[in-house]
Amino acid sequence: MNSLWLSHFTATSAIGRGLEPTRDALRRQRSGLVPCAFETVTDLPTYIGEVAGVDEAPLPASLAEYACRNNRLAYLGLQQDGFNAAVGAAAARYGRRRIGVLLGTSTSGILETEQAFRRRDPATGALPDGFRYRTTHNTYSVADFVRTAFNLEGPAVVVSTACSSSAKVFAAAARMIAAGVIDAAIVGGVDSLCLTTLYGFNSLELLSAEPCRPYDTARNGLSIGEAAAFILLERPADSLDADAVLLLGAGESSDAHHMSSPHPEGLGARMAMEAALKAAGLQPVDIDYINLHGTATPSNDAAEGAAVAALFGNTVPCSSTKGATGHTLGAAGGVEAVISALALQHGFLPRGVNTHRVDPDIPIQYLTANREAAPRRVLSNSFGFGGTNCSLILGRAT
Amino acid sequence: MSQVVQLAAYLDGIGLVGPGLDNWLAARPILAGTVPYESHPFAVAAPQSLPPAERRRTGLAIKVALAVGEEACAHGQLDARQLATVFTSSGADNENCDAICKTLASDDRHISPTRFHNSVHNAPAGYWGIASGAMTPATVLCAHDGSFGAGLLEAMTQVAIDRCGTLLIAYDMPYPEPLHAKRPLPSAFGIALALMPERSAHSLVRIELSLSDAAPDALAEPELEALRRAIPCARGLPVLQAVARGEGGRVVLDYLAPLCLAVEIEACR
Repeated sequence: MNSLWLSHFTATSAIGRGLEPTRDALRRQRSGLVPCAFETVTDLPTYIGEVAGVDEAPLPASLAEYACRNNRLAYLGLQQDGFNAAVGAAAARYGRRRIGVLLGTSTSGILETEQAFRRRDPATGALPDGFRYRTTHNTYSVADFVRTAFNLEGPAVVVSTACSSSAKVFAAAARMIAAGVIDAAIVGGVDSLCLTTLYGFNSLELLSAEPCRPYDTARNGLSIGEAAAFILLERPADSLDADAVLLLGAGESSDAHHMSSPHPEGLGARMAMEAALKAAGLQPVDIDYINLHGTATPSNDAAEGAAVAALFGNTVPCSSTKGATGHTLGAAGGVEAVISALALQHGFLPRGVNTHRVDPDIPIQYLTANREAAPRRVLSNSFGFGGTNCSLILGRAT
Repeated sequence: MSQVVQLAAYLDGIGLVGPGLDNWLAARPILAGTVPYESHPFAVAAPQSLPPAERRRTGLAIKVALAVGEEACAHGQLDARQLATVFTSSGADNENCDAICKTLASDDRHISPTRFHNSVHNAPAGYWGIASGAMTPATVLCAHDGSFGAGLLEAMTQVAIDRCGTLLIAYDMPYPEPLHAKRPLPSAFGIALALMPERSAHSLVRIELSLSDAAPDALAEPELEALRRAIPCARGLPVLQAVARGEGGRVVLDYLAPLCLAVEIEACR
């Protein structure tokens, strides 16, 4: 595929609002995970990666109908790192119809509906009058919100493939730009805490009772987080800064195996990584760091680790940053693409925090300490329920 | 830069199910206007290609999505394992969503693992992979009332850029109350289109897609037009009507205001 330029990007998660706090937290090996006391959820012994102040984050009056936790988090994310201004400039440059909005989410504004069900009319069972379905609950809501916020008129869509959603948007946007349907795209993802995912992952016995420990021999489940990540993708400018970051390849596959368990040997994961390498015209030896999906469930890390070991051996430094951010589900691909971009620009490989004794049965080079390095190309994995896999390869311009 | 690649594909197979439209073959003369439309409820079974445990776990949305996908593959004599898939739906398994919300609002918030994994928007794509064995890319989209258009644009882009056969599966189902009052979808519905990069002996029409400012086409039959307006995935029906009538020319589909999608249709037979 033709490389695309990540001309602007930003991420807001439990480890910070925007790039600088995110980088600082990774450098300091700080985890944002805290014991769960979200909303009314006091009965689940688990840790979460909550973004502080989301419910208080203001929305402009013109966007009031979109008010829900997911869109508030989106708006908070858009205010960081000059992303708002960058989109405005791109719209002026390309035109409002020439910028696509392709975002990932898994649960959208479902928290709004969960709360509205508690306020059903006792006599009729009706939802409260103020409940707005289209702008909050519907899976498309966050892309509609962003398109409306920037007054854009181009193609827009939400990709909702569980935990690979905001990685797959890069592939879809790259196709649209290659076809000339659009000139630039806002990609990324937003997912926010809600009861469905907390109680849902609990029902699958996939929540850890401690901060999650990806790839640890004693890993015992994930910690759910929330995040907003946004990236402006465009064709590369004629002259790029040395530390400009490019999307070099994307690869997608399906496990065709099970709804909630990965293929045991990570076959689908391996196919996605191979497809990304092929799209980028690269070999495994060209990859300098892998940001793993690494959820810290026993089966995910074993399957992903087997696939990484089969393809890369133990020569490529790898880590999962979910011990810091939690698993931000439909936002994870976007957040981890941003972390990968930071690794490329700032020359450091973040360790996997909370992981102390790497599972000896997974023969990969898992980072238990930050490493100064000069990675030129990194791979980021995102896999999800239903056996959906996506790998991205990002690289420095020079 | 304006559009540089033609978004063109050959339509080799169609799947359809909706009230009064039992499948594509039965619906074809109705859409052609030679058999009168009569609304009646329809039933779809979970495909036999799913293992029994998975078959028991499928709700209506998954059944509709898989039924139209299988019909389109059979119609075009296509191997599902060779096709990428694009699923698109305004809401996915809406009964399951209602059940989860009711449980979470109750004193016992314990939801079942099956309820949870069926809650993801990509549940039908997961079941499709298990049923067909396809390890090809599958994406899953939502654009509210523009979901059909968003799915068609993504599928046509995949065909044009990746040069792979792509199966578009668009489906919707109603919400139970109380969500139904807030999002009234009158019936389940599904449309599948098998879109191929090269012409084959099974190609029905060649289609070419572009963004357009024109107003969307309506259907001639008033009850079908009511379905088109009320069910997001049914907004693809004007393409099927043109194919059923053997008409070439241009149809315009709803997408996202101010954009519509213009589909140029050229017969292959």
